Amino acid sequence: MYVYDAFDRTLVTERVEEFRDQVARRLSGELTEEEFKPLRLMNGVYLQLHAYMLRTAIPYGTLSSEQLRMLAHVARKYDRGYGHFTTRQNIQYHWIKLAELPDAMADLASVGMHGMQTSGNCVRNITTDQWAGVAPDEIEDPRVFAEIIRQHVTLHPEFSFMPRKFKIAVGTAERDRAALRIHDLALQLHRNADGEAGFEVMVGGGLGRTPFLAQTIKPFLAKRDVLSYVEAVLRTYNQFGRRDNIYKARIKILVHELGPDSFAKEVDAEWQSIKDGTLALDDAAVAAIADRFHYPAYERLADDPPQLGEARRASRDFDLWLGNSVSNHKAPGYAIVTLSLKPEGGTPGDATAAQMDAVADLADRYSFGEIRVGHEQNLVLPHVAQRDLFALWQALDAIGVATPNVNLVSDIISCPGLDYCSLANARSIPIAQEISRRFQNLDLQRDLGRLHVNISGCINACGHHHVGHIGILGVEKNGEEFYQITLGGKADEGATLGALLGPAVPYGQVADVVEDIAAAYLELRQRPDELFIDTVKRTGVEPFRERVYATR
Amino acid sequence: MTSPLEQKKIKLTGPVVVTANRVGDGAVVYRQADGGWTTALSEAVLATNAEGARSLMAAALTDDLRAVGPYIAPVKLSCTGELQPGNLRELIRFGGPTIELPVPAGNCAMAPRAAVSAKAAATLFGQ
Repeated sequence: MYVYDAFDRTLVTERVEEFRDQVARRLSGELTEEEFKPLRLMNGVYLQLHAYMLRTAIPYGTLSSEQLRMLAHVARKYDRGYGHFTTRQNIQYHWIKLAELPDAMADLASVGMHGMQTSGNCVRNITTDQWAGVAPDEIEDPRVFAEIIRQHVTLHPEFSFMPRKFKIAVGTAERDRAALRIHDLALQLHRNADGEAGFEVMVGGGLGRTPFLAQTIKPFLAKRDVLSYVEAVLRTYNQFGRRDNIYKARIKILVHELGPDSFAKEVDAEWQSIKDGTLALDDAAVAAIADRFHYPAYERLADDPPQLGEARRASRDFDLWLGNSVSNHKAPGYAIVTLSLKPEGGTPGDATAAQMDAVADLADRYSFGEIRVGHEQNLVLPHVAQRDLFALWQALDAIGVATPNVNLVSDIISCPGLDYCSLANARSIPIAQEISRRFQNLDLQRDLGRLHVNISGCINACGHHHVGHIGILGVEKNGEEFYQITLGGKADEGATLGALLGPAVPYGQVADVVEDIAAAYLELRQRPDELFIDTVKRTGVEPFRERVYATR
Repeated sequence: MTSPLEQKKIKLTGPVVVTANRVGDGAVVYRQADGGWTTALSEAVLATNAEGARSLMAAALTDDLRAVGPYIAPVKLSCTGELQPGNLRELIRFGGPTIELPVPAGNCAMAPRAAVSAKAAATLFGQ
């Protein structure tokens, strides 16, 4: 856990009081909506179809049990008893009242939480691997650099009114679990031939109506230069990014139009003038941030304790969950546990206040009081002793977060869609729920193997449909909901954008189409262990298209 | 559904109302004949031509203290003369999400409005 200092706490508290005054002035009529809107957005307050929505940042997806209990409290006291975890490691409350927002924010501030950088044309909440600090394939903890950047850009006047929003992700492991290449700016740590660690810098990724994967503009950047280089990228974007057309304002358009090489030259020219100044990171500065991340005092334990094997033999359900939702930890005798927020027929990413409280209690008991949120809209307990896994599984199962479907077809990433969102053209959640029900047979899901379904209710792509193995995009045609299907996208270290399968299909046929795609895969795969994504890569979409549209 | 926030021209194909969100809690409200706002669609004032709709909108836009983001929304008249939302977006705004909410009404201090059932959506929009 990162421990905030007095400066951070003061900043967050003062922000709440400032917003309280702004809300009062809005309610009294002193501020018009036109004047108030940018102020509320700077605090993560949107107006959706039915109500105000508060988006709260969970920096790099790390939560303490105390913070999770506060999220539950806010859901219970100010909302309708639940929250929605998003694809950007945030939580959203969909039913909050304007007059109560300052109190809700004050409660969040009491545990260091806020809605800053969750809206507006600023640097948004910086995301990273939800396994940060515990993943065996990690070079070092990415949150240290995410935090350094966060501190620099939070309320930075130069980066509060950029051409458009700016999303940064940081990865330091061999596997990309943070969907790096779909970000405006991504940093991926590597080791060079001399064993030194440095960051690959990628820019210009993003989905939406014009999807691009980020391009590498700096293959290896010394860690001391990270902050100055990020600043140079932001300044270059601020200077050259378009402000005349919202659809062409993201950095991805600038990088595409200039070309990555030309963009890199502009960045480099800017960087040369600042790289040896105050933004250069010395070891002491990095250590000072790293020291504020507190790690558990792990016991000296051995992997695979005898009671674990006994439990696996005694309970097939436990064994299946273990094989699906439990991953290796860097500390011997410990495990990383993913909690599925994708129960059969449920809303992806939703958790009730009761579930949040229960998970917080379980985190205290089994995970050193720490919880993580992943962009896949699941939770993680990052430090579980393997000897405790059976007891933990029983408790998780009792609260409905132990569905063994992580990375399977029903582990669907979905935006809120037209059921909540004022930007949406079509519903996402009922589509996800129906697909989940169609594939309720876990044996079938396991047979299908790793298969990511991503659903967005509009072209803004909050459900990351372009990088779903099966991507589903809701569109409107003559007042009715239709859905475009793409195949072959992925968001990992081999990120790819999906290819369009064919004409959009109506609402009532989407789950049928996904079933057809799954059936086609089972026939087309060369071996049981050829993953869906690899089959699509080998065959292209044509055989899937033939199958899906043969009878439509 | 194309966002009504992008509404520029007023082109009517049927009766419309002016709708917005209430400032205090964001609840969906409809413009009334007396210049007030109501959460009951049945109490909304109807416009059946562009001039009437434009007039309602002009008045609604001056009421920034009570309602946010007014726009013209289509409605339908049932065979019994009851006003119904004219498209799925408006149906969802009127009745709530088409999904079951994680915490059922009554289990929370602030119970949600009854969600529109999938069956209701299917009845109205043939899905």
